[in-house]
Amino acid sequence: MENKKGLNTNGNGYILVYSAVLVVVVAFLLAFVYAVLKPKSDANVEMDKKHQILAALNIRGLENDQIADKYAAVIVKDEVIDVNGKVIKDGSSKDKDGFMVDRSDTTNLPVYICKVDGATKYVVPLSGKGLWGPIWGYIAINEDKQTVYGAYFNHESETAGLGALIVEDKFQLEFNGKQLRTSDGKFVGVVKNGTVKDASTQCDGISGATKTSVGVNNMLQDCLKRYKAFLNTK
Amino acid sequence: MSTLFSKENKEAFTKPLNLDNPIAVQVLGICSSLAVTSQLKPALVMGISVAIITAFSNLVISLIRNTIPNRVRIIVQLVVVAALVTIVSMFLKAYLYDVSVQLSVYVGLIITNCILMGRLEAFAMNHTPWASFLDGLGNGFGYAIILAIVGAIREILGAGSILGFQILPQGLYDAGYMNNGMMVMPAMALILLGCVIWVHRSINKEEKK
Repeated sequence: MENKKGLNTNGNGYILVYSAVLVVVVAFLLAFVYAVLKPKSDANVEMDKKHQILAALNIRGLENDQIADKYAAVIVKDEVIDVNGKVIKDGSSKDKDGFMVDRSDTTNLPVYICKVDGATKYVVPLSGKGLWGPIWGYIAINEDKQTVYGAYFNHESETAGLGALIVEDKFQLEFNGKQLRTSDGKFVGVVKNGTVKDASTQCDGISGATKTSVGVNNMLQDCLKRYKAFLNTK
Repeated sequence: MSTLFSKENKEAFTKPLNLDNPIAVQVLGICSSLAVTSQLKPALVMGISVAIITAFSNLVISLIRNTIPNRVRIIVQLVVVAALVTIVSMFLKAYLYDVSVQLSVYVGLIITNCILMGRLEAFAMNHTPWASFLDGLGNGFGYAIILAIVGAIREILGAGSILGFQILPQGLYDAGYMNNGMMVMPAMALILLGCVIWVHRSINKEEKK
């Protein structure tokens, strides 16, 4: 290869220095862009999360600029409780306490206390495993803590056209009005497509996506179990 | 100006759009074209992202081509591409969040897109910056065109819409028409892509000779 500077570009010293300089330049560049864009992308993530919580409360189809206002109007508190149902953080800021708890945290449990048309609702976050990757969602519970008000699910990489259908309204709306608990102490769940025995606590799974449906079911059982103490208090 | 738009430079841009299309003729980068084309919008965003990244990585590599140590050139190319991909991905997260969620890992996977490394190695390493930039832009848009075609067909037949707007009338559904579920599966993208390549080759039969 031609060489204008007369340096030996194939020498070990040159390669080492060249690589080091390149990496440092790239690192600074990336750090700079990241720092500049971080507030904007954080705001997007926050808005997306609010959007999902509102969807669980059956407030769907909002435009992006309506989300923050609607969230502030509907959500009263984002409490953090422990497994015994004791309130750890009161969440009066609406999006600084429960809202900030990481999805993988199993000891700090967020509960969103909401008011929809004057009635109190509780929204509980869910997270679990689908067939290919993580799935998550929110379930809204009525004030009596016995019935489901609404639910929202999303996924990272479930099969398009099959497991990915859990984000569609058609699947999520099945949860509306279900009993939260079954007679044998379990929670509302999803069964294999076409095998619903008790329509008051079982939702029909997605045909062709049994593994994802089972994942949603396990997620509901695992996550709601942690809220047992909270759900038992009147 | 005459040298800026000389015949060679023009060809560097226009050839990959049609006669030397990276997907239809070189059959490179088809993996991502299958994954992100279930709707038109992500397909377009993906296509434009790739075009930007090929153009600028070609430009950067061409600018520093005489300083790159031959023995580590692939790694240098990779670092440049990875940096650009990361920047584009951060921009998408900040300004087109919903699309970036839809594209998920595929933006990051642009790094491994064969078109990029192919153009860097075959063109940018021994051409001037401006020609390399045009070549990258041409290849990126050549890729984007095919993605847009496949994305549009899949969205119309799979969801009856274009860019999210319903275009098939409700009357058609009432009359018993159903969206084709196969269209949203990646397998159908491969078949459609095959058809696109077939059409493309039969149109260009004459010119190829």
